[in-house]
Amino acid sequence: MAKVSLRLFVSGRSAKPREVVAEVQRMLDARLSEPTDIEIVDVLERPDIAERDRILATPTLLRFSPPPPRRVIGDLGDAEELLAYLLPSDESEESEESLAV
Amino acid sequence: MSSVTKLETGIAGVDLITHGGLPLGRTTLVAGTAGSAKTVFATQFLAGGTRQTPPEPGVFVTFEERPEDLRLHAQSIGVDVHALEAQGLWAFVDASPEFEAETVVVGPYDLTALLARVRHAVERIGARRVAIDAIGALFAQLPDATIVRRELLRVAAALKAMGVTAVITSEKTGEYDDIGRYGVEDFVADNVIVLRNVLDAGQRRRTIEVLKLRGASHQRGEYPFSIVSGDGIVVLPLTSMRLQARSTDERVSTGVAELDRMTDGGYFRASVVMVSGATGAGKTLTGTHFVNAGLEAGERVLFFAFEESREQVLRNARNWGMDFAAHEEADRLRIQAVFPEAAGLEDHLIQIRGAIDSFRPQRVVVDSLTALERNATTKSYREFVIGLTAFCKAEGVSALYTATTDDLLGGASITDAHISTITDSVILLRYVETASTILRALAVLKMRGSAHEKGIRHFEIDHAGLHIGEPVRATTSRGFLA
Repeated sequence: MAKVSLRLFVSGRSAKPREVVAEVQRMLDARLSEPTDIEIVDVLERPDIAERDRILATPTLLRFSPPPPRRVIGDLGDAEELLAYLLPSDESEESEESLAV
Repeated sequence: MSSVTKLETGIAGVDLITHGGLPLGRTTLVAGTAGSAKTVFATQFLAGGTRQTPPEPGVFVTFEERPEDLRLHAQSIGVDVHALEAQGLWAFVDASPEFEAETVVVGPYDLTALLARVRHAVERIGARRVAIDAIGALFAQLPDATIVRRELLRVAAALKAMGVTAVITSEKTGEYDDIGRYGVEDFVADNVIVLRNVLDAGQRRRTIEVLKLRGASHQRGEYPFSIVSGDGIVVLPLTSMRLQARSTDERVSTGVAELDRMTDGGYFRASVVMVSGATGAGKTLTGTHFVNAGLEAGERVLFFAFEESREQVLRNARNWGMDFAAHEEADRLRIQAVFPEAAGLEDHLIQIRGAIDSFRPQRVVVDSLTALERNATTKSYREFVIGLTAFCKAEGVSALYTATTDDLLGGASITDAHISTITDSVILLRYVETASTILRALAVLKMRGSAHEKGIRHFEIDHAGLHIGEPVRATTSRGFLA
C-alpha cells in the first residue's frame, strides 16, 4: 500500500476543514501501516503554494499519492464521506464488495 | 461631478474613442461573443501598460486558456510575454481548467485561494493593471453559479481596493444581446465596451463600441477594427480622426494647365479630390496627370491601383508621355496594385495607412474607389472612405480618388452621393451627346472654399494626355448631369 499524501488548502483559521482532515488522518492511521502525510496550507499566508498547485477554491484537499491525483473542493462534510473519496482501499473495498456480490 | 481620470490603454484607436483610455483605478467590462477578440484586447491592455513610462506591470488572470497558449497568441500580435515576465512586468494567475487531476466538488466553497493568488501576483510585481479573461469559463469550471457570482464580486471589490485598473472579459451569446449573462456584469456595468464580430455582405466585420464609461465622455457608436498581425487590434476612429484634419490654402498642380486655371490655381494641398466618370471617360488619366505633377514638383507619390496591374499603370503613363518607371526606380513613386477582393475594407484601409506611414508621400491616388465598393455594404464603404480621407488629411497628403459611374451620359452614382459630402472637390468627367456626336466634357462640380470655374468644358485625350477645350454650349448638349 502506497503512502497516502494529502495537502489541505484553507483560508485563515477556518476550523472545520482542519477538524475533518484531522479526523480523516486518525482513521487512515488506524487502517494503514504507514502514517498519512497531511500538509495544511493557509492560502492567505502562502498564496505562492496555492499558485503552484493552481488552487481556486477553499477548502480544497489535494491527494498526491496514491495516484492518480485527486482534488476535493468544498466543505468536506464528515470524515467518512471524505475517506470514500480519498482512500485507496476505496478501490480495494469496491473490488471486495463486487466479489462478495 | 469631478472628472474621471483615464488610463491610456495603448491599443491603437481605443484611446481615441474612449477620449483618453479607461477610467483609472476602475474595472471595465469587455463583452463579446466567442471569437470577438476579447483575449486580444485583454492582452494588449496589459502590453500597453508595460510600454508606458514608467512601465505599469500587469497581471493576467486566465480562466480559459493556458498561459503557454496565451504567450503564443501574444507573440502573433507582437507581444513578447516571456520577456515581460522576465522583466517582472507581467505575471499570470493560471486559473484555467485543471485536467490533470480528477476534481469533485462536495460542498460549499469560496474563492479565497484565487483572490489570494491575484493579490499575491499584484503585490509581487507591483501591478497597476489586471486583466481577467473570461468569467464565463469560471462558471463552466465550477458548479453553483450563485457561489461563483458572489466570489467574482469579491474579486472585483478587491481589485478596486487594490487601486488597479482592470479589464474583465465576458462572453455574450448574441452580438446584440444584453451584456448581463452571468449577473456579475452589473457590478462593473459603469464601464462597458462591446466587441462584435458580424458577417456583413459576406465579409467579417469587427466593431468596437464604448457603451459607457462612468459618466465620462467617449465616442458613441460602433467603430470598425481589424486584427493586424504584429499589432493586434487597430481601431479606425473616424470621427476623432476627422477632428485632426488640417486645412490649408496652399495649392498643388493638377498636372493639367487648363484644369489648374479652372480650379483657380490647382487642388488644395492636403485636400481630397474625387474624379467621377463613366468607364473610359479619362479618370485614370486625370489621376496620372496628378501623379506626374507631383513628381515634377519633387514630391513623393503613392498610387494604389485596384483595377490594373502595376505594369498596366506604367504602360498607360508611358503612352501619355510620362516616364513613371524612372521615378519608381528613384523611390519617389510607388505603385501598389491590390486585388480589391483580397481583403475586407477595414484591412484595405489599414494596408493603405501602413503604406502611407512607411512611404510618406505628399500625394496619393486611389484608382478606383468603386472597385472597393463592389463587395461592401454601403455603411462599411462609407466608413472606409471617411477613414481614408481623414487619414490623408491628418497626414497632410493630397489625395485623388477615382470613381466609376454606371451611366455613360452623366447621372450621379451612389458613390458620388456618398462621397461628394466627404471629399473637398469633385471633378466630373462625362460624355455629352450633341446633335451628331458624343464628346467628352469636364466640370469642376465642387471645390470647397474656392472661386473655381463653374462651366462645363469639352476635352480631348491624345498621346500627350488630356486637353481642355471650349465650354459646352447648353443648347447643344444633354445628359451632363442628367
